[in-house]
Amino acid sequence: MLVLVTYDVNVTSETGQKRLRQIAKVCLDYGMRVQNSVFECEVTPAEFTVLKTKLMEIFDPELDSLRFYFLGKKGRNKVEHVGAKVVQDPIGDALIL
Amino acid sequence: MKKLLNTLYVTRQESYLHKERETIVIKNGPDKLAQFPALAIGNIFCFGQISVSPFLMGYCAEQGIGLAFYTEYGRFLARVQGKPTGNVLLRRTQYRWADDPDKATDVARLMVAAKIANCRSVLLRDLRNHGENSSLKQAAKKLAVSLRQVQSAHSVETTRGIEGEAANSYFSVFNERLRGSHFRFDGRIRRPPTDPVNALLSFAYSLVTQECVSALLGVGLDPYVGFLHSDRPGRLSLALDLVEEFRASWADRFVLTLINRRQVCPEDFETEAGGAVRLTEKARKELLVAYQERKQTEIMHPYLHEKVPIGLLPHCQAMLLARHVRGDTRYYPPYLVK
Repeated sequence: MLVLVTYDVNVTSETGQKRLRQIAKVCLDYGMRVQNSVFECEVTPAEFTVLKTKLMEIFDPELDSLRFYFLGKKGRNKVEHVGAKVVQDPIGDALIL
Repeated sequence: MKKLLNTLYVTRQESYLHKERETIVIKNGPDKLAQFPALAIGNIFCFGQISVSPFLMGYCAEQGIGLAFYTEYGRFLARVQGKPTGNVLLRRTQYRWADDPDKATDVARLMVAAKIANCRSVLLRDLRNHGENSSLKQAAKKLAVSLRQVQSAHSVETTRGIEGEAANSYFSVFNERLRGSHFRFDGRIRRPPTDPVNALLSFAYSLVTQECVSALLGVGLDPYVGFLHSDRPGRLSLALDLVEEFRASWADRFVLTLINRRQVCPEDFETEAGGAVRLTEKARKELLVAYQERKQTEIMHPYLHEKVPIGLLPHCQAMLLARHVRGDTRYYPPYLVK
């Protein structure tokens, strides 16, 4: 299933920068960065649970927010991209470099 | 059912692949070309001057990601293999069966029967789609005869003989199935292929064979010990056995589609000094895109009664074969085209 993960991390706090970096890294392990704090993750429900747990351990519920949008199995069809920085879909596209 | 993972083809020369956390990063000099989460990738195929970090190699072996190296022109060089997966007992039974003429014949016969039936199905399908053609009809009839013969084959040698005959009648009408006149097929030539159609066929077969190798390794069978194909150093006999079921419906039809839709043209090939014909780099890339798309087409598996993408067929069949060797099923159900 395709899950859209977005986050807001409060970077003014002392450890904010660190949390921001860590969250981005975890998201990269599971999906593609489509915009600065927006990731598209093509994951199985089990993988999603792991991803969510990892993120929950890093983020600060007082200061940061995480949002998950479940786009489902055919989620790719619900996405339209306009403009620069087209991101490859690691599951569906032919990855030829 | 297993998730169909993507294949990463790296053809940009002098690229460098390494692992960063759980992702695969492709670099070329100082530029980062791409970064993909490893959980989306099932295979990495490197063509030519590509280097891979030892840590990524180890990671691939551990995670069961197939990592294989080819020359720039698509000739297979090596694959990275970690610890063998699966059960020793399964492999031992496989070796015993390969040595036992009766057992080997049982499996080989079914595989060849499936191959012939699939060849016949695609010919009949062509007849339905493109109208009457007496030579195609003739060939389909001959295949039906071979199919009956193979049922009563009592040794692997006889099975091989029938398979050879069937392959002859199948390839004798291959040219008829090429629409338009920009390509010709005058018989199967391998090692090296000396005309474009044979070059395409060889390329497609090698792609599918590698998928079979990964699938067999994944379920814990030894791809080098086959039932139909005899042992030979370096020959992936069991993978070649498994490929037989997919040749006509997957590889051949893929090649025919490319030619008939004019996705390939004579300019996409270059002839080497020795007469070997190979694809140009640009054409090979386009071909891989088409192949990747084809792999995602979903079909109904005739035995599992489940919708599976074509790319997972080798995995399904390897799994069914392992079940049979393990003794869970009485017969191996080969893949039959609808």
